[in-house]
Amino acid sequence: MQKALKIARVMLSVYYAYMVEYRAELVFWVLSGTFPLILMGLWVEAAQSDRFDLTPTELVQYFLAVFLVRQFTVVWVIWEFEREVVEGKLSPYLLQPIDPAWRHFFSHVSERFARLPFAVLLVGLFLLLYPYAAWLPRFDNLVLGLLAIVLAFCLRFLMQYTFALAAFWTERASALEQFWFLLYTFLSGMVAPLSLFPDAVREVVLWTPFPYLIYFPASLLINRPQNVAQGFMAMMVWSALFWGLNRWLWRRGLKQYSGMGA
Amino acid sequence: MKRYLKVLGLFWSTAIAAELEYRLNFIVTALISLGGLAGSLFGLSLFYRTGYEFEGWSWEAALLVLGLFTVLQGFSATVLIPNLNKIVTQVQEGTLDFVLLKPISSQFWLSTRIISPWGLPDVLFGLVMIGYGGSRLGLGWADYALALLPLIFGAVTLYSLWFMLGATSIWFVKIYNVTEVLRGLLEAGRFPIAAYPVAYRVFFTFVVPVAFLTTVPAQAMLSQGGRWWLLASALLAAALMLMANRIWRFALRFYTSASS
Repeated sequence: MQKALKIARVMLSVYYAYMVEYRAELVFWVLSGTFPLILMGLWVEAAQSDRFDLTPTELVQYFLAVFLVRQFTVVWVIWEFEREVVEGKLSPYLLQPIDPAWRHFFSHVSERFARLPFAVLLVGLFLLLYPYAAWLPRFDNLVLGLLAIVLAFCLRFLMQYTFALAAFWTERASALEQFWFLLYTFLSGMVAPLSLFPDAVREVVLWTPFPYLIYFPASLLINRPQNVAQGFMAMMVWSALFWGLNRWLWRRGLKQYSGMGA
Repeated sequence: MKRYLKVLGLFWSTAIAAELEYRLNFIVTALISLGGLAGSLFGLSLFYRTGYEFEGWSWEAALLVLGLFTVLQGFSATVLIPNLNKIVTQVQEGTLDFVLLKPISSQFWLSTRIISPWGLPDVLFGLVMIGYGGSRLGLGWADYALALLPLIFGAVTLYSLWFMLGATSIWFVKIYNVTEVLRGLLEAGRFPIAAYPVAYRVFFTFVVPVAFLTTVPAQAMLSQGGRWWLLASALLAAALMLMANRIWRFALRFYTSASS
């Protein structure tokens, strides 16, 4: 246990140092996640027609929360893993007495801390544009929201890492992620809060993992929690499923792996 | 001029021959385009579901904008992304030297070296969407032809912006994600500019000219835009093209290759 903590601390500080080295690059990554903010403009304008159930204020809050959640759950492990397998760079890491997944995991986590200040700055900027929407999450919602963000990040990481393992068999594993990302974009609540979806679509979507990655944590943050227990349960179940699949594919994949030096 | 056309022919035939080695890729990209299309339509339908309309844009007219956006997306996947995103690598690895030594314009070489057919499904689906929306609105060939010119201006504008950002890699080297920022902002072009609040409209017309990429051609198709928008769009394209060339030449003065 103590050893695990030590490994975690060392890895976090190492990768944090890496990330801070390219601060300018980080700013650009933050700015490239502006999609929710663009949709915020559209929905605020649309809500003024009174034809939707939500008010402009609620929508501003919702999309700012979406923007934040999205910033904390960005995952890119598949691109790195795919390259490592194709170029054979995975081999040296297999010799280390720690699963290579953890390296990727901690590099993502430490990037979150490096990204935080810029993301907060951008949210502040938009609150200047819409001062009437400023809000504070209630304490219990904040705690639950943060927990949901952490879980959402873990689930998204786990899903992408599972797809990444397809790289053992094909050179285009990232195509899987591209397809999955489409579903994620349109079903997670990034284009609109789920309450604005047609009822039938919403019922189906709630069975998929996507709404729990964005919509669920975002609604907690704006003090509009919905079926909290059910949401956390769904995340657990999906995580367990992908965890099982991931470990199975990992064992099979290592036998298949024939990179340089393996 | 003739020499450039010949070189272009050679570039593209070799590039296509190389890409066709991965035929399965075509099915994969076509599937992804189709998924993207379904998603965009779903997103747009969420607005129109309750009878709300973007100011002055019926569902069919909004489809025209989405179709034009998809076409431009295909264009950038075919020509812009494979070429301009490589400038960074060229600078990083010092292989830009070899390009500069060649007896043709380096901007031409960098912008046209590769063509990737994987953007074609997007172009095709975009055209289908425009055709569907257009036929519902009773548009004729003459109307589509009116949109051609502003669409070309839009494509030139897009190229110039992208190239200018690519050129800044001479100074900043690790700039790969600047083009990602641009791509993120361009997503705004999925919807007619009238759908945004005023502040957004100003931003997407004068700061990042997204309005000229999709809304202006769609308006031309609907015979709504008027001459001034066409003129503005032509001027913008010309100015940005000129600027891209100037910035590239200026940037090259600061290029210190890997060895010299």
